[in-house]
Amino acid sequence: MAFHARPRQALALVGAIGLALSATACGTGSSSNNSGNNDNAGSAECAPYEKYQGHNGKKVSIYSSIRDIEADRLDQSWEQFEKCTGIEINHEGSGDFEAQLPVRADGGNAPDLAFIPQPGLLQRFAERGQIKAASAETKAMAEENYPADWLKYSTVGGTFYGAPLGSNVKSFVWYSPKMFQENNWTVPTTWDELIKLSDTIADSGTKPWCAGIESGEATGWPATDWIEDLMLRTQTPEVYDQWTTHEIPFNDPRVAEALDRAGTILKNEKYVNGGFGGVRSIATTAFQEAGVPITQGKCAMHRQASFYANQWPSGTKVAEDGDVFAFYFPAIDPAKGKPVLGGGEFVTAFNDRPEVQAVQTYLASGEYANSRAKIGDWVSANNKLDLANVANPIDKLSVEILQDDSSVFRFDGSDLMPAAVGQGTFWKGMVEWINGKDTATVLQGIEGSWK
Amino acid sequence: MTTTTPPATIGTQDTNKRSTRAARVRGRLNSRIATVAAIVIAVVWTIPTFGLFVSSFRPEEQIKTTGWWNFFSDPQFTLENYQDVLFGQNASSGQLAGYFINSFVITVPSVLFPIAFASLAAYALAWMNFRGRDWVYIGIFALQIVPLQMALVPLLSFFSRGVSLGGVTLMPAWNLDGAQNFAQVWFAHTCFALPFAVFLLHNFMSQLPRDLMEAARVDGASHPKIFRTIVLPLVAPALAALGIFQFLWVWNDLLVALIFAGGSDVTAPLTVRLAELAGTRGNEWQRLTAGAFVSIVVPLIVFLSLQRYFVRGLLAGSVKG
Repeated sequence: MAFHARPRQALALVGAIGLALSATACGTGSSSNNSGNNDNAGSAECAPYEKYQGHNGKKVSIYSSIRDIEADRLDQSWEQFEKCTGIEINHEGSGDFEAQLPVRADGGNAPDLAFIPQPGLLQRFAERGQIKAASAETKAMAEENYPADWLKYSTVGGTFYGAPLGSNVKSFVWYSPKMFQENNWTVPTTWDELIKLSDTIADSGTKPWCAGIESGEATGWPATDWIEDLMLRTQTPEVYDQWTTHEIPFNDPRVAEALDRAGTILKNEKYVNGGFGGVRSIATTAFQEAGVPITQGKCAMHRQASFYANQWPSGTKVAEDGDVFAFYFPAIDPAKGKPVLGGGEFVTAFNDRPEVQAVQTYLASGEYANSRAKIGDWVSANNKLDLANVANPIDKLSVEILQDDSSVFRFDGSDLMPAAVGQGTFWKGMVEWINGKDTATVLQGIEGSWK
Repeated sequence: MTTTTPPATIGTQDTNKRSTRAARVRGRLNSRIATVAAIVIAVVWTIPTFGLFVSSFRPEEQIKTTGWWNFFSDPQFTLENYQDVLFGQNASSGQLAGYFINSFVITVPSVLFPIAFASLAAYALAWMNFRGRDWVYIGIFALQIVPLQMALVPLLSFFSRGVSLGGVTLMPAWNLDGAQNFAQVWFAHTCFALPFAVFLLHNFMSQLPRDLMEAARVDGASHPKIFRTIVLPLVAPALAALGIFQFLWVWNDLLVALIFAGGSDVTAPLTVRLAELAGTRGNEWQRLTAGAFVSIVVPLIVFLSLQRYFVRGLLAGSVKG
């Protein structure tokens, strides 16, 4: 008898725990339910959404790599739109977005809209005919609101596939305003000043730079940003475009020049790696932690994108007069304009149902950009975006740079290259380069992998 | 036993009883060196898990700045991580409590279906005579070679587009929505589990003594009767072993769930949530420590409560009646 009775007890135990947990789950889980709720569709606050109306009760699914608190804010940003138009937007964020989206598209289970952060991936879908060209309204809205520099990244073979959404600026150097003030250091505005400042700091006994490129399976990407930033600074934007489209080989002398220029900081034992050790420690330091020594006074500068603002330990004030802030990574020759490296995602449609196109058009609009920016921590190149709606100082600086006419914007090169290179050999090559391999061998290896 | 005597005594005792290979192995493994080695291996294997466990009780800044071993020199204890991942009020914290039930809804049928189907199939393949039986068995056995990754896209297409051959629709698209997606996950897990389950149970069932079946036949038992009253109780340890394997596999599965269940909070299991817990740029990874332990609890309970089936002799006393 015991033979039969015991497993049942075990099952009952498991079941009881399950029940207990599910009971608590009911208390915390709350789902938004706003389908069919557009009673106030005619009211004044719905006026901006009039042109999107007529799709009451329809559903639109969105898939992206945005999750956690940023995903909450997304849901919040189109709440009013949902209320006024009756379109229900279901957003799903996944950390495996880049791998999952092709699987879903191939399996016939694609989302209606996807926020694709890699133009290279967008191109793949376009070439296979899996994504739909943007409607005339979306195109008009995008052309009105976004600079042409951006739109060319979602145009494949002359067909426009979707407008950009959020953006980030990568050409930033993080520093501690307090530390700079105490030591009488000034924020450099040219490359020469930057190097001079680095020497001054190094002479004072502090390592001026800290860096970290460890990021799990994506280890190496922060270093590719360095190289891209220096490609833009040592070469013209045209050469940069030729590099990312493989019109010039990866081991071109001009690429080697950029890499060596980055090496004058990254591979300089005198300069790195504040708070962590020598040059090689860059490869093993997590990018999330890499800038933290700035708050401990062990390092003075850290080159990383605007989104690094969220990585500081809680309680760190990010502002021009706060604990940390960022300055624009200076150009070598400021007379040639301000090269800006950045990234962003593009709203791409896998479906051309009218309600999907309505959402796609709405997301390209100024109303959306302002609605999202008001919630906080968001940057876009949308020129209808009102600076007054951007609260966070670093976001404000980013928007200013993006909207600045003298800025020459270029998209993150590794996202433009084929995934095997941009998210593969380029990353790995950078790790080897940091670990001591010479420039020529590394570039030769990456070139060999680009077929 | 002291260390100086064992070889002689164990040897003679064993020959007196039964000089089986198992006994010899057992004798050798009883030596002190083997015990020490086993303990060392166990400790080394457990240390990372233990470190994770200690970390889960440390405050966020501590986790992010120093290693877990600093806990012993500077003990700072908090349950905040657990509070955060289990019951966080906004969607930016874990809310794992809500995903727990999804994991159960996915796992329980995904364990029961393959076991039910596989035990029926294994019985038929082992004890019923029909033409082509061996070929069917070889076919099922061969299916184990196909990696499930190869089947993901076709299976997804099977669900979302249906099957049509030369313009004739053989099966329409499933067109599932919301919680109905659970059916896809069950289906997928059942498909992927069946070849191995049939193989394993077939091996167990074909080892049952033929006398037992013949005696039942003589007494007038039909196949369903034999299956229910004789075979199922006898293969219970195998069923439990298979159940544990399948449970652990489904509970810990991320790939199948990601593709067939999606990431919406209606159907996503714990693993999908865990993968997103660290935030868009991985800056909230302190939550993973507590999250991992929350998700470990259930497999631990299942394993500990069913583990004796692994050890239990298969046919203990069955033929003696």
